Parts: sequence; structure tokens; C-alpha cells
Amino acid sequence: VDESQEKFSVVLFSGTIDKLTAAATLITGAAVMGKKVTLFLTYWGLIAFRKDDWKTNRRFSKDFEDYAGPAMELMQAKHVPSWMDTLTQAIEIGDVTVKVCGQTMDLFDIKLEDLEPFVSEVTGVATFVEDAEGGTTLFI
Amino acid sequence: MEGITISKEIDARGSFCPGPLMELIRTVKVAEIGDVIAVISSDEGSKKDIPAWVAKAHHEFIGTEPAEGGTRFVVRKAR
Repeated sequence: VDESQEKFSVVLFSGTIDKLTAAATLITGAAVMGKKVTLFLTYWGLIAFRKDDWKTNRRFSKDFEDYAGPAMELMQAKHVPSWMDTLTQAIEIGDVTVKVCGQTMDLFDIKLEDLEPFVSEVTGVATFVEDAEGGTTLFI
Repeated sequence: MEGITISKEIDARGSFCPGPLMELIRTVKVAEIGDVIAVISSDEGSKKDIPAWVAKAHHEFIGTEPAEGGTRFVVRKAR
């Protein structure tokens, strides 16, 4: 473990594709700039990482729902990669660890094998806080 | 860019941030040390992002030049 490597941690609470896209892009930036990235999935962020859920997820932030239709159409027309493709690239290229919240797993009866294969570990909030200590942390 | 031989050029025009940078990183990864790689990007963010990554990854940023529909970034793999 390189202790000098800067940390960039993201608590992903949202499961709407606009926020997932923003989170995936930020994580990619952090990963390529050599940060040690931890992605902690909780609530709707975790729901969005159930195996293959991203293929059918069309949810969009309620506060900008009038933009949802046009935004989706533009993303398709301009060939913006899916947030999952962006995130998968970040995981391939950089140091990105994806952990999930045990409490949400229990609440919705989700098992680790129900999630995308790169989700590596079920953890608790205290462990996440410990992991993130001394670095940048975002809540999305 | 006189006197520089480009080993590989990537056309990433139309690709969105961070697409052009990601394509460059993939190409640099599999290139030989000393190879010169060019990427053409129409993404405005690339102008800052590509040099920032090149510096961070300790490669050599040779320069930019205008290209049809974007900018050409030229990088030498240094390690």
C-alpha cells in the first residue's frame, strides 16, 4: 500500500442516471490522475449496481425531470457512453475499489452475488470513514 | 511538429470528456517507450486534461496543433 497516494472517495447515494454519469466521470478523472479511489454504494446508488440494472435504468433526477427526455435523447444522439462503460474503464485503468453498505444490503435482501462483479466488499459506514480519512470525500 | 514522427494517431473527435483522454491512456499503455502518439479531440476539456495527465503520468507532452474539427495533442511515451 502506497501511503502517500492521495485518496478520493465517493459516497454514491443516488441511482438516477444523470448523477450516476456525473459520479462515473469524476471517478474516472480521479482514477487517471492516480488517486486511490473508493466508491461506497448505499441506498439507490446500491440499487443501481444490481447486475445488469444499468441496461434498463431510465431514472432521472426529479428536480430536473423536464430535462430528462431531451437529455436522454441528446446522450444517445451524441454517443455519450453509458455511465457503466465509463466506470468500468476507470476500474480497468486506475486504482478503484467498489464497496457496498451492509445496512442497505440487509434492508433490500441483496447479496454480493446480485451485484455487478467488480463490487468487491460489503462494509459498514465506520470502515468507509476510516478508508476515506485524510482525503477528499464526495456525497452524490 | 516538424521532425516528429507520429507512431500512432487516434481520432477521438466527437468523443465526450473523458473519452479522448481515456483513448490516449489506452494507446500509451500498449505503446513502446519513445513512441509518439497523437490524439485529435473536439472536447474543450482535453486542452487542460491531456497535458495534466501527461505530466502526472511522467510522459512527455510535445505540443498541440489545430486540426480539422478539433485539436491534435502529441505525446511521447517516456517510461
